[in-house]
Amino acid sequence: MLVIGERINVRTKLFAEAFKEKNFEPIEDMAIKQVKAGANMLDINIGPARKNGTELMPWLVENIQKVVDVPLALDTSNIEAIEAGLKVHKGKALINSTSADPERLALLMPLTAKYNAMIIGLTLATGGLPRDANERCALAAEIMASAAEHGVPMEDIYLDPIMVPINGQQEQIKEILEAIKMFREMNDPPMNSLIGLSNISNSAPEEMRSLINHTFLTMAITVGLTGAIVDTLDPGIINAVKTTSVILNQSLYCHSYLETC
Amino acid sequence: MAFTVPKEVYNGKINQVEVGKDQQVIFGGEEVLPFLSFEGKAVSNVPLALEIQDIDPGDWAPSLTDIYGPVMGNPAEWAKLCQDEFKADMICLRLTGTHPDNGDKSPEEAGKVVEAVLSAIKVPLIIFGSNHTEKDAAVIKHVAEVAANTGSIIGKAQEKNYKTFAAVATAYNHKLVALSDLDINLSKQLNILLTQSGFDGKNIIIDAMSSTLGYGLEYTYSVMERIRLSALQQNDAMMQMPMISDVGEVTWKIKEAKATEEEQPGWGAVEPRGILWESLAALSFLMAGGNLVVLRHPKALATIRKTVAEF
Repeated sequence: MLVIGERINVRTKLFAEAFKEKNFEPIEDMAIKQVKAGANMLDINIGPARKNGTELMPWLVENIQKVVDVPLALDTSNIEAIEAGLKVHKGKALINSTSADPERLALLMPLTAKYNAMIIGLTLATGGLPRDANERCALAAEIMASAAEHGVPMEDIYLDPIMVPINGQQEQIKEILEAIKMFREMNDPPMNSLIGLSNISNSAPEEMRSLINHTFLTMAITVGLTGAIVDTLDPGIINAVKTTSVILNQSLYCHSYLETC
Repeated sequence: MAFTVPKEVYNGKINQVEVGKDQQVIFGGEEVLPFLSFEGKAVSNVPLALEIQDIDPGDWAPSLTDIYGPVMGNPAEWAKLCQDEFKADMICLRLTGTHPDNGDKSPEEAGKVVEAVLSAIKVPLIIFGSNHTEKDAAVIKHVAEVAANTGSIIGKAQEKNYKTFAAVATAYNHKLVALSDLDINLSKQLNILLTQSGFDGKNIIIDAMSSTLGYGLEYTYSVMERIRLSALQQNDAMMQMPMISDVGEVTWKIKEAKATEEEQPGWGAVEPRGILWESLAALSFLMAGGNLVVLRHPKALATIRKTVAEF
């Protein structure tokens, strides 16, 4: 299970400033904290980064990989910044992300193949959010076809059914679970899938978020989810991942199973 | 189309352990299930230890006393015989005489035996207590010091006494056998407790508690098999320790290994029967993922060595 820490994000004021001033201290601190808490990959969200992306991303990748021994998810819409990050990244990076838009696929799939990276495929087209599980699968098929065309192995693709807030789009949540199940059946070995978990509880009361997040995560893993971008500093999340893994007999139970990774 | 052998892909591998000082022995380190060498690096070196005791055991089967009779009661001579004559890769000294119900020998007396055995052999030594958790803790404190820096294996640490074992194994550079009672969850738990106490997991050897054919072999087998699957397929670091099979002790006390032809006319000759019983139990555990075997009969040792060499 890919557990990706979401905290290093330009939308947080602390990091927006740190990125701007090239102040590595808060970034280092957060990278270490998340890995200690159980993240086996870290998301590095620098936003659109139109001005300085090609310089900011490699700076972050190099410095973060000096302090933690995990691969990174390069999260920006700036494709040049992604490539700049891939050039210096050690191990197998995750590109975050492409949609099913043919133009973006044509740019990002070759990069994925060239740098032997993995990529998140958002089941999202220019026409807006998919309406049900079937639409998500149709878009997934387009992403997979493009990957095949550019020589990206299917196991390097993480299909993302697009998480939406339960407050407002409640009927979609069931469709997302269904899509995760259907993605698996689209290939042998089954396709990987991934969600940005916290989105489900956006705009829910703060005290409810952890409960909603980890309940959904448990359900999604049960139907076949293999990756999630999560708040690893919420112990409920990591404990839910570990407990689900034990319940599904994917790791061996013992009384102290929460204390192992 | 040419046939290609389907191969499993494994995520984890077994720790490699090195023991001894004068004559080192290495085991573990495999990356695939037992003997599946076409898939990758499989078990290749299985050290075979012969068991001796600190006192004359008194109740060993005639098939064994016929061989060891003259040296029983003299552990150093006994160890030397096993090393030189029967080519044991290691000697396993079981301090049965320290058990409160079996002589209650002191830690110091046990220490003298360990010292004598160590000076008589070059192969690595395994030192086991008498399987009395309290007394074992007291005895091991002293004998581990006597054997300091010989790279021996000491045991058996259990849930009730693991802290003492972990402390002395670290202090005097020994490997540690961690025993749990035929329970895979407890086995993992004990390894976690040991590592949390500061002991290096790379120095642990798992004992899933051996049994023998007809007496629970299949329970041990499935626990060991599940441990190996967790280690290799699920990459569970707390299950990636090599495993020991302590087969001789459990085999040679059952009636099938001891009953004479007069007592059991339908069972065939007693000596080959016992040897076969011990060999079959040991081989079964190697199939389940065992890395190190403790035996009593030298002919069982020869049988297993020959069989393993064929893989």
